[in-house]
Amino acid sequence: MFRLSRNPGADTALKLSLVACAMFAFVFVVMVPLYNVMCDVLGINGKTSGTAYTAVPAAVDTSREITVQFIATNNDGMSWVFHPEVREVRVHPGEAVDVLFHAGNPTSAAMVAQAIPSVTPSRAAGYFHKTECFCFDQQPLEGMASVEMPLQFVVDQGLPQDIQTITLSYTLFDVTETMSDKIAAR
Amino acid sequence: MGAHHHGPAKGITRWLFTTNHKDIGTMYLWFSFAMFILGGAFAMVIRAELFQPGMQLVEPGFFNQMTTLHGLVMVFGAIMPSFVGLANWLIPMMIGAPDMALPRMNNWSFWILPPGFLMLASTLFMEGGAPAFGWTFYAPLSTTYAPPSVTFFIFAIHVLGMSSIMGSINIIATVMNMRAPGMSYMKLPLFVWTWLITAFLLVAVMPVLAGAVTMMLMDIHFGTSFFSAAGGGDPVLFQHIFWFFGHPEVYIIILPAFGVVSQIIPAFSRKPLFGYASMVYATASIAFLSFIVWAHHMYTVGMPVAGELYFMYATMLIAVPTGVKVFNWISTMWRGALSFETPMLFAIGFLVLFTIGGFTGLMLSIAPADFQYHDTYFVVAHFHYVMVAGAVFSMTAAVYFWLPKWTGRMYNETMGKVHFWVSFVGFNITFFPQHFVGLAGMPRRVPDYALQFADFNMMSSIGAFVYGASQILFLYNVVATIVAGAKVSDEKVWDGAEGLEWTVPTPAPYHTFEVPPKVDAAPAYI
Repeated sequence: MFRLSRNPGADTALKLSLVACAMFAFVFVVMVPLYNVMCDVLGINGKTSGTAYTAVPAAVDTSREITVQFIATNNDGMSWVFHPEVREVRVHPGEAVDVLFHAGNPTSAAMVAQAIPSVTPSRAAGYFHKTECFCFDQQPLEGMASVEMPLQFVVDQGLPQDIQTITLSYTLFDVTETMSDKIAAR
Repeated sequence: MGAHHHGPAKGITRWLFTTNHKDIGTMYLWFSFAMFILGGAFAMVIRAELFQPGMQLVEPGFFNQMTTLHGLVMVFGAIMPSFVGLANWLIPMMIGAPDMALPRMNNWSFWILPPGFLMLASTLFMEGGAPAFGWTFYAPLSTTYAPPSVTFFIFAIHVLGMSSIMGSINIIATVMNMRAPGMSYMKLPLFVWTWLITAFLLVAVMPVLAGAVTMMLMDIHFGTSFFSAAGGGDPVLFQHIFWFFGHPEVYIIILPAFGVVSQIIPAFSRKPLFGYASMVYATASIAFLSFIVWAHHMYTVGMPVAGELYFMYATMLIAVPTGVKVFNWISTMWRGALSFETPMLFAIGFLVLFTIGGFTGLMLSIAPADFQYHDTYFVVAHFHYVMVAGAVFSMTAAVYFWLPKWTGRMYNETMGKVHFWVSFVGFNITFFPQHFVGLAGMPRRVPDYALQFADFNMMSSIGAFVYGASQILFLYNVVATIVAGAKVSDEKVWDGAEGLEWTVPTPAPYHTFEVPPKVDAAPAYI
């Protein structure tokens, strides 16, 4: 048997220390990435894909109509004006729909924001495809400026039959500080 | 160094530099008792504020600091070190070893504990106050919204985690390498078995806790976003990591208690433990299952139904090995020549109350029902039945049981019995009504509550003051025993007690088993 020390007690202790170090590393290199993969694959927490979806040409299913509702929320401490231009739209699965979100920076300083999406019910997250979204990138805004931010999405034809309504919620975070740190670090 | 039977050094350096397992065990036990009193004082503040509805004594922010520190101090300062102290005293004496395998590391693992807790307690006096996010320190409460003292809290967790890891490595190294000839694994006393398994759990999960607090530290100070959605992280990830540590942690607390009770019940039943091998396998099964059930603490977090079902069934499975253990303890008493000295009273108290706590645990394991129980006083009642009536009662039983062996003096039996009955009644008055207010919807960690909960909360507070006062009686009894208890000199202090620790002289000399003992082919306790 492989030994780390001639003293059997010290040998056991050293091996167990290695186990402890491995478990510490396990948290960072296994648990965190695994959690993210699980959330992406299973759509847990209503997480939608963070990258643009390439629309596959498919027939629009006009036999079904799905209500898609939009919610916009400011995260704690965020001062922007943030709301969808329309509260809800009715769409057929397979058709590409464009909507706009309004964002305004009422402060006098330039700021950077990041929108984080979440879909309810979470089972629908895997069937809600964004072909274009302002949430894919950070949104910088000069002081007192405002912008109309585009979102294009397709509801998958495979959406389970019992789902009639999908709610898409955006939370807007102030990332000015973290972004300026990163810019300063470059 | 010809004098093999030299006694301890004199003065303070004896305690600072000691590598003797008995000295270190004693220090662990006294330290954990001090923490028990401190954590108890925090609990008294909580119960005093909750005596009546409305805000009377403390600010809500301070109330939250009290619930947080009460939990942290009791789990990491009182219960865990007390069992490590017991392990230090008893494991070498039970397996016929002269000392722990790594005596210097043993000294170090104790002496980093007091500074760690000093650091944690000092947060109370810092600007912004002590951590107020509950002992489970969920992000983002413990990151974005935490007081500045959270950094001291994180470092304190690192320190006491290191202490626990070193302590458990020492225990494993001792049990694996220092057993007397003939002491095979399946002859180990059950206390040694439960501690061996507990130590493996500690080595596996304390680093996970260290990882969780390190991520918090990085999120707070170094611009990472493990738990912040704005940067692509997820607060729910914190809960998964925390409970991946936290669920094995509750078995870390209770398994040594199982071990203690498995020593005491046979002694006062004057019968060997019923089903020794099944006890060992049940303990190992509980330890294994503890790793795969963590998300039952998070049913309301928004898991897929398949996840809820899996964690529900896996959790219910734990009732099987636990049921085996309870069955075995009762079967040990069946037709035994029972006597009811104080350690036995506490052990039976453990058995009855822990089983109640186990049943409420089974209720909580049912995912759909848990949505109602989640974060209510029902949960508080449940885990105090297993933590206090489980771990603390068994620890108290252990002190009464082995104190005569350690000190050569007998405690006052009448005072011990009074302590038991006052604790037992006080405990139940405190925590039984909490089941009712919890089911009726009273949330945990609130400094004020709706009027309809007033009567049960007043009962609860009165019970808590009674239970708290009974611990002063315990302290008095232990000190009085050490100073002026009636001398005992029988090696077997209790006529029914079996095991190597009862073959050494009473009081246990400073050094024992310098020559390994002869272990019987079939020890009397199996």
